[in-house]
Amino acid sequence: MAEKSGADILVETLLDLGVDTVFGYPGGAVLPIYDALYEHPKIKHILVRHEQAATHAAEGYARSTGKPGVVLVTSGPGATNAVTGITDALMDSIPMVVITGQVATNLIGTDAFQEADTVGITRHCTKHNYLVKKPSDLAQVVQEAFHIATQGRPGPVVIDIPKNVQVAAAEFSSNAARANTRYQPQTEGDFKAINAAAEMIMNAQAPVLYTGGGIINSGPKASETLRELAELMGCPVTSTLMGLGSFPATSDKWLGMLGMHGTFEANMAMNKADLVVCLGARFDDRITGRIDAFSPNSKKIHVDIDRSSINKTIRVDLPIIGDVGRVMEQLLAVMKGRRFTTPGYDEWWSRIKGWRATNCLEYPEDKEEIMPQEAIRRLWQATHEREPIITTEVGQHQMWAAQHFDFESPNKWLTSGGLGTMGYGLPAAIGAQLGNPDALVIDIAGEASIQMNIQELGTATQYRLPVKIFILNNEYMGMVRQWQELTYESRYSNSYSDSLPDFVKLAESYDWTGIRIEDPADLDAGIQKMIETDGPVLVDCRVAKLANCFPMIPSGAAHTEMLLTEADVRGTMDDQAKALV
Amino acid sequence: MHIDEETVERHVLAVLVDNEAGILARIAGMFTARGYNIDSLTVADISEDHAVSRITIATNGPPHVIEQIIAQLERLVPVHSVRDLTESGPHVQRELALVKVAGKGEHRIEAMRLADIYRARVVDATTESFVFEITGAPEKIETFVGLMREVGLVEVGRTGVVAIGRGPETA
Repeated sequence: MAEKSGADILVETLLDLGVDTVFGYPGGAVLPIYDALYEHPKIKHILVRHEQAATHAAEGYARSTGKPGVVLVTSGPGATNAVTGITDALMDSIPMVVITGQVATNLIGTDAFQEADTVGITRHCTKHNYLVKKPSDLAQVVQEAFHIATQGRPGPVVIDIPKNVQVAAAEFSSNAARANTRYQPQTEGDFKAINAAAEMIMNAQAPVLYTGGGIINSGPKASETLRELAELMGCPVTSTLMGLGSFPATSDKWLGMLGMHGTFEANMAMNKADLVVCLGARFDDRITGRIDAFSPNSKKIHVDIDRSSINKTIRVDLPIIGDVGRVMEQLLAVMKGRRFTTPGYDEWWSRIKGWRATNCLEYPEDKEEIMPQEAIRRLWQATHEREPIITTEVGQHQMWAAQHFDFESPNKWLTSGGLGTMGYGLPAAIGAQLGNPDALVIDIAGEASIQMNIQELGTATQYRLPVKIFILNNEYMGMVRQWQELTYESRYSNSYSDSLPDFVKLAESYDWTGIRIEDPADLDAGIQKMIETDGPVLVDCRVAKLANCFPMIPSGAAHTEMLLTEADVRGTMDDQAKALV
Repeated sequence: MHIDEETVERHVLAVLVDNEAGILARIAGMFTARGYNIDSLTVADISEDHAVSRITIATNGPPHVIEQIIAQLERLVPVHSVRDLTESGPHVQRELALVKVAGKGEHRIEAMRLADIYRARVVDATTESFVFEITGAPEKIETFVGLMREVGLVEVGRTGVVAIGRGPETA
């Protein structure tokens, strides 16, 4: 066997694993790896403008393609800047491998230049991490890292490689089988449990399917299986923010999203159901509202590949550990084997019809100002036939997009759910565009969030990526302002977006097309111009400044205590509610 | 507003792990990151090839938290298995302590007498001090140390609990 440098071993192992795109930023401690990349044009390196953006771009790439995202950054500040995106990927279960440079092994612990304890810092925001001390370990570690990142519940894995390990040589042969046996998550559901689940479904009078991001992670086939299961069961379907797209919004079984900004009908159905089947979701606090009032009269089945998600916040009657796509297939087989006939659930559907009649997503009409919800609806009308990939930042615009942009298929909706990271949307759009060169990719943004990674305009320009940014500009950190209205008698402490740039000029300075829309009458034309313009486009859409996102379950409240309109807002909360995020 | 407290139970967990760098930090850090308690933690490698370590963790929390602790431990890649010895039937718990007492006269005699009753061994002696070695269940050590406080306790070193299930099966 020939000897190769650690850097070459790394790059060749990445090639063996089918990696074609790496998001990164060079620096002193990764120079040997960058030099090896120079020799390997098969790996496309995307130079971002900030390491946080590299991680979000990798997330966008992963979420839209199903393949793991790969990040390469230097030691010290390179690694610490990546931490937010790594944590984001952990919370949202995104497969990602982050390679960080480290100072040479003999310098570790000496406070060397650009030294940071990367494995220490990332230990609890990764699924697993490594410090590689010998070049001969590299190939095995990299292969195991990809296995861990993609199998079971996906997540980020960090590989910290000291500079001398990149330079030193070890024996290496490409494609050598490096068996990994220590991480083997259970994917098949327990047969007894599947049978028990079928039994519970057959006895239900008012069942609801509560689906989540796990269905997307399981792959497009799981979304197909979900449609089949919902059809056979004849019951309503709701989804978390992360699961949107796994079930078509045009289906008559679709209730809309549930939770804090979910629909009235979805939350009421959860509250009144006698059976909740949770498929690849985790009973997050944004979903449950007040725990002791969550779906009080239902039996609960929870399908999850991560055992620690079971009984973490909500006690369930029947846990099934396994891949949600596989478990749904098993369940379908058992139900068909038992000749399950689809019930009418007439009484249940008539109650749902009553809840739907509240038209909870309606918003006041306005001829003077653009209502943000209206802007999203029009954006959807103008683009949905092209099945665009939508990314978002975090805040009101994100919730409006979730409520008013309807999805028909998975992997089209990329958003920061668990961590709620402002600045996610633009780099995620860049990653998604790279993974889907022909797709229409739109970042629905707010004027505050977009500024958190605005420097990535340059990345899109450099790689000629035709991403679109649609800013709902209300000159406020809108969700903060909304909570201040709900909780602190509208004392707007630091939630006004002062000193905003001229977004159109800013876009133009990066060689983007900039469009401003101010009048409701110009909305459709502006959107049309955005779609028809080649190359990247930024739209500064000025919307009603004080519009709020409803419906809403205020913190500490039950599903049945939704605020439907502005008229329900009291302006204060007790301390118990104030203490909740 | 006041923060409610829940009633807690003590559990002893036996955790088999890959003997690799950072594993202790990974486990200890997981406990602090998620707000769990560690009463004691012992670790030593136990396999012939030094590849596997056994960590004994004494922890406390409400039952649903203990269940989460076990699930979260199992989620760590280098963790092979977790066994809740408190749940899985009869088991033996042992701890070793070194207890130093100083004093003269009646206190010194009383310390010797108590050590004899508790089957503590003298491992060091001067004319004005003893070091006792005592092995036993944590409660026994607790009681012995408590008694020594009254007769001139100077210093205590304790190993923390190691535990193993009774009978022929492995953890």
